[in-house]
Amino acid sequence: MTEPALLSVEAVAVDLPTPRGNLRAVDRVDLSIGAGRTLGIVGESGCGKTMLSRAILQLLPKKAKLSGRVMFDGQDLVRLDPEALRKLRGRSLAVVFQDPMTSLNPVLTIGTQLIETLQEHLELDGPAARIRSAELLAAVGIPAPEQRLAQYPHQLSGGMRQRVAIAVALSCEPKLLIADEPTTALDVTIQAQILDLLAREQRRRHMAMILITHDLGVVAGRADEVAVMYAGRVVEQAPTSALFKNMHMPYTEALLAAIPKIDAAPHTPLPAISGRPPDPTRPMEGCSFSPRCRHAAGQCYREKPALVAAETLDHRFACFHPIQLAAGACA
Amino acid sequence: MATLDLGIDEVAAVAPVARSRRLGLLFWGAVGWTIFILSAAALANVLPLPSPTDMDMLARRAPPSRLHWLGTDGLGRDELSRLLYGARVSLTVGLCAPVIGIAIGGALGLLAGYFRGRFEQLVVGSMDVLLAFPPLIFALAVTAYLGQSLLNLTCILGVLGIPAFMRVARAATLTLARREFVIAAQALGATHARILLRELLPNVFLPLLAFFLLGVAVIIVAEGALSFLGLGVPPPASSWGSMIGEGRESLEIAPRLAFIPAIAMFLTVLSFNLIGDTLRALTDPRQGML
Repeated sequence: MTEPALLSVEAVAVDLPTPRGNLRAVDRVDLSIGAGRTLGIVGESGCGKTMLSRAILQLLPKKAKLSGRVMFDGQDLVRLDPEALRKLRGRSLAVVFQDPMTSLNPVLTIGTQLIETLQEHLELDGPAARIRSAELLAAVGIPAPEQRLAQYPHQLSGGMRQRVAIAVALSCEPKLLIADEPTTALDVTIQAQILDLLAREQRRRHMAMILITHDLGVVAGRADEVAVMYAGRVVEQAPTSALFKNMHMPYTEALLAAIPKIDAAPHTPLPAISGRPPDPTRPMEGCSFSPRCRHAAGQCYREKPALVAAETLDHRFACFHPIQLAAGACA
Repeated sequence: MATLDLGIDEVAAVAPVARSRRLGLLFWGAVGWTIFILSAAALANVLPLPSPTDMDMLARRAPPSRLHWLGTDGLGRDELSRLLYGARVSLTVGLCAPVIGIAIGGALGLLAGYFRGRFEQLVVGSMDVLLAFPPLIFALAVTAYLGQSLLNLTCILGVLGIPAFMRVARAATLTLARREFVIAAQALGATHARILLRELLPNVFLPLLAFFLLGVAVIIVAEGALSFLGLGVPPPASSWGSMIGEGRESLEIAPRLAFIPAIAMFLTVLSFNLIGDTLRALTDPRQGML
């Protein structure tokens, strides 16, 4: 990546105090994303994907402790004062959430929610904001947008609501859109439509996007780069094509194997990853994936593997016993 | 997409019919009585009624007649007139005291539920103190110091209602503040004031309004109890509670003097309860549909 990164996350760690002890939700993550690019973050539930996205937006729960730097457009968001941060949100940073049932205010009309956002950020007057809102709804593929403005969220279907949520997020032309599992609550046919919509709007607006998902299939065709997270750490990171061609971390392989294949014979057992993720309140000595890993050996239980570069500098992984590297050049 | 449009229109067209049918006769009866008693109380000095304080010592405890539609009380004052002027006091207190409760309690609950932390602890703690304090002692102390008046009575009952409203508002805010639309608003750069007023308040207002109407019923009864104990509005002004108290003395000779205001109070309280319950039931399914 030659151009300067739009967003770079440097050694970000998030600690949540819980009654059972300190919970390290995100453990020293480094990531960066250039303008107009898409970064996919993949991992199972509870691996810290959402906490990482909240850390970028500075919307962590009040008790959470954040360390590290989040550089966005030359500013460190962690140290930015609340007023400057508030102005930056919406205008430069926007987010689409997982569940469109709860991400819209149930008692306000769609028009009110869109128009007020536009008036606040772009300082448009009422009629102009109204016209712009209708255009936005049309842009996200909602038929009869003028009528929709007067409707309440519960009058729309899930897919429609997610489109509205995307319209609200896009309303102020953000430079970075964080999509936190935008299709998890939707059925499969709608998923593809929503992902295509996001990709289309992203190209049109030259907007960077962080696509958070637990489904490697979702990022496969759409992200430029993929970071795989496990137990709060990035365990493998690579350009999408390189990752799928040549994955090194046993966890990535296991995730991919756990996707059902359409050409598999009926009743083929799905190779699930056995065991459960480690308890994040009790830090482990060795690699956090070692209890569930087929390749784990002595060293894995004693030391944490560092993120090291593979064949190319873009491809990094954290494993002592990487797969498919025996023949290749190992750094 | 055309089918989707059709579906929504159908729902919109069918819903109001089903709703008014479900409300039933009882609800409309309650609304009717409430409107009747409210307008009668408001127009009491315009209506051709005898003065509620003029005594006719020759016609004490007179039975209903053309001059006195509901008879006269123990001092020969017109019962109907006293009932309607009493309704003014009872309804003023009954409506204004919960307004104090909903304004102060609602605001505190909203802020406590949204900001959490120290402020919430302080608010919840002080409300617990207020709840633990015996309300009757509080009423006695305030009337002893500040005297008996309509304003004092309203303030006492209003302050006593604050904790309940605070709890309802805080509970609703706590569940709402964690919903994603609040985080989404923050992510869009909304200020705290905006989130509180535009995102949370409209959501919290529905349960508060339903609780308000139940509160009106409770306060009318509480005002009655205080007036019955002689802590209400000073005589010769009447309120339903004081009328029941005065009627108690002649319960064996003329039981209607206690029963007429009691029935008026019963019907009014029942009406407010019914309306409050129905409104809450109407807002509940919408919460479920979200």
